[in-house]
Amino acid sequence: MSFITYLINGISLGSVYALIALGYTMVYGIAKMLNFAHGDVIMVGGFTCYTVCSTMGMHPVVGVLLSVVVCTLLGIVIERVAYKPLRMASSPLAVLITAIGVSYLLQNLALLIFGANAKSFTSVVNMKSLKLADGQITVSGVTIVTIVTCIVIMAALMFFINKTKLGQAMLAVSEDKGAAQLMGINVNATICLTFAIGSALAAIAGVLLCSAYPSLTPYTGSMPGIKAFVAAVFGGIGSVPGAFIGGILLGVIQIFSQAYISSQMADAIVFAVLIVVLLVKPTGLLGKNIQEKV
Amino acid sequence: MKKFNKIVSVALASAMVLAMAGCGSQKAVESSEAADISEIPGSSVEESSSQTAGNAEGTFKIGGIGPTTGGAAIYGIGVMNGIQLAVDEINAAGGVNGYMLEANFQDDEHDAEKSVNAYNTLKDWGAQMIIGSVTSTPCIAVGEKTHEDNMFQLTPSGSAVKCAQYDNAFQVCFSDPNQGAASAQYIGENALAEKVAVIYDSSDVYSSGIYESFAKGAESQNFEIVAAEAFTADNKTDFSVQLQKAKDAGADLVFLPIYYQESALILTQADSMGYAPKWFSCDGMDGILGVENFDTSLAEGVMLLTPFAADSEEEKSKNFTTAYESKYGETPNQFAADAYDAVYIIKAAIESGNVDPSMSVSEIGDAMKAAMTQISVDGVTGEAMTWAATGEVNKAPKAVVIKDGAYSAM
Repeated sequence: MSFITYLINGISLGSVYALIALGYTMVYGIAKMLNFAHGDVIMVGGFTCYTVCSTMGMHPVVGVLLSVVVCTLLGIVIERVAYKPLRMASSPLAVLITAIGVSYLLQNLALLIFGANAKSFTSVVNMKSLKLADGQITVSGVTIVTIVTCIVIMAALMFFINKTKLGQAMLAVSEDKGAAQLMGINVNATICLTFAIGSALAAIAGVLLCSAYPSLTPYTGSMPGIKAFVAAVFGGIGSVPGAFIGGILLGVIQIFSQAYISSQMADAIVFAVLIVVLLVKPTGLLGKNIQEKV
Repeated sequence: MKKFNKIVSVALASAMVLAMAGCGSQKAVESSEAADISEIPGSSVEESSSQTAGNAEGTFKIGGIGPTTGGAAIYGIGVMNGIQLAVDEINAAGGVNGYMLEANFQDDEHDAEKSVNAYNTLKDWGAQMIIGSVTSTPCIAVGEKTHEDNMFQLTPSGSAVKCAQYDNAFQVCFSDPNQGAASAQYIGENALAEKVAVIYDSSDVYSSGIYESFAKGAESQNFEIVAAEAFTADNKTDFSVQLQKAKDAGADLVFLPIYYQESALILTQADSMGYAPKWFSCDGMDGILGVENFDTSLAEGVMLLTPFAADSEEEKSKNFTTAYESKYGETPNQFAADAYDAVYIIKAAIESGNVDPSMSVSEIGDAMKAAMTQISVDGVTGEAMTWAATGEVNKAPKAVVIKDGAYSAM
């Protein structure tokens, strides 16, 4: 029985990683840059929802919507102010360092505005937990919502990328920026759109992350952000289904190694698996599938 | 990549701290008062600046180090306020042997490197003694530096043994082994449980230190540790596995030698999985009722070993609580009490050792070291506290339980 409980916990943790990883992988696939500020956009999403719901007392749906709006705008602003001017810089390192800078900027701004004390996040999911097998297994409402949201978002993203004009434009930009521009695609607008979508996903991930693990601090996003980045690389960075699979696998491996090997060694095991996977398949699990590339 | 990110973050963080430390020392020189204190809500600027007479000869300069921002901020702010309260009281009553005290508190964000930077800032300011650091890991790092300078160091709450590893450092709080052993003894003697699970942070010296001595102390008690589950600083959001294992092992009491942020998550997650054991914790749990928006009913019945209960009827504690509440508008936690005592301990040692502020830092250090083993202090965190030359305090532990959303004595 506890095996199934662990599995469910793993999938639950993994689906949060997967949601975050989708944002990483989108941005990497198209702009070819690692947006290290992604984890902190998640934190901003969490704080927006917290302010709207817990401080101002509005309905959770308003909170979620507002945090999506705030994060989308934030994503666009970050891209325009911090990344776009550096896109043509001689070294790709410049934009990577800027991303780390933005990450610290967001953390410290949140520290200044909201203070350092941990805040307890009220879950936006009101669903009752599901009891299976005579109550021996409990699946919380947040877990179900997170998994469903993750699958829906992944499907919607795949549809958007493969079936719509804007999505095709994204694919074109990811393959060759110069050629895409020659074909009449507005490269800057496309990249901006990518950041907008990635940040909107981050807002949803932030709200669900804080609902599942209800502690909110200015540093809430940083560790899940790094784990999700690992998940994205694990699944093959640039690939949407890869991010999903990578996230779920990472969560399950982490919980299982905590449960059956050692609760202290979990991270060591997760990263050992990552190394092995990358040695065998340097592009990640789904990396070679260029058709799927965003 | 993760490592790279870490390296970069450390580099950026230290650059930021350097920049901030620069500001801090400048402010201190300009206004001769802890400029940082004025920025924390609840502390009163007017009161703190009226009490001290600037950089004139004849003042003892006491530096304080602790986290006033970051995850452990509630401890550092408590300590900062506690120091200021005691310093103001002592100065209002005519000082120590006629000399005034002056305090300057620097933020370390519960980070060892920033703590050392804060110490350097305080040295530039002219600190002659240090109260700090508040948390164990930074305290050990600062301890290396104070040892080099032979600066007298008294930590209010750094409880790791290594916090007082050198002869210039002393503790107000119990050391971790004492807390762990005392917890085991308390659970055993009061027959609180037969099967005990422990969830601890193996990446934290405070937490693992308590766990080790708890496990040792448990051997001679009539309960059994059925599960000892660790987590690390990088994995402190999901506790489902640790809780599930404790539940599967049939533990009727879970011992949490960890800080309150993780405890809040653990209590919430245990509640959602329908697991309701007894909870027992140490001083790190102090602060759980201050977590914003936290459903304090989840913490109902949590027991913790802490030397101070704000609702105590004992006269000293009562006076301290009233004074603190009227000055800062909130109930003092145990860290504020430790810090308040720390200033009075320094006062007692100064009086006993006839220390005078014109002496050099190292001379003061030597005199204070000798005086510490001679004195006995009645404080709010313990009666007749005495110190061994090792730096460890000798006092009786107290336990409190959370009842109706407040700490009350057991």
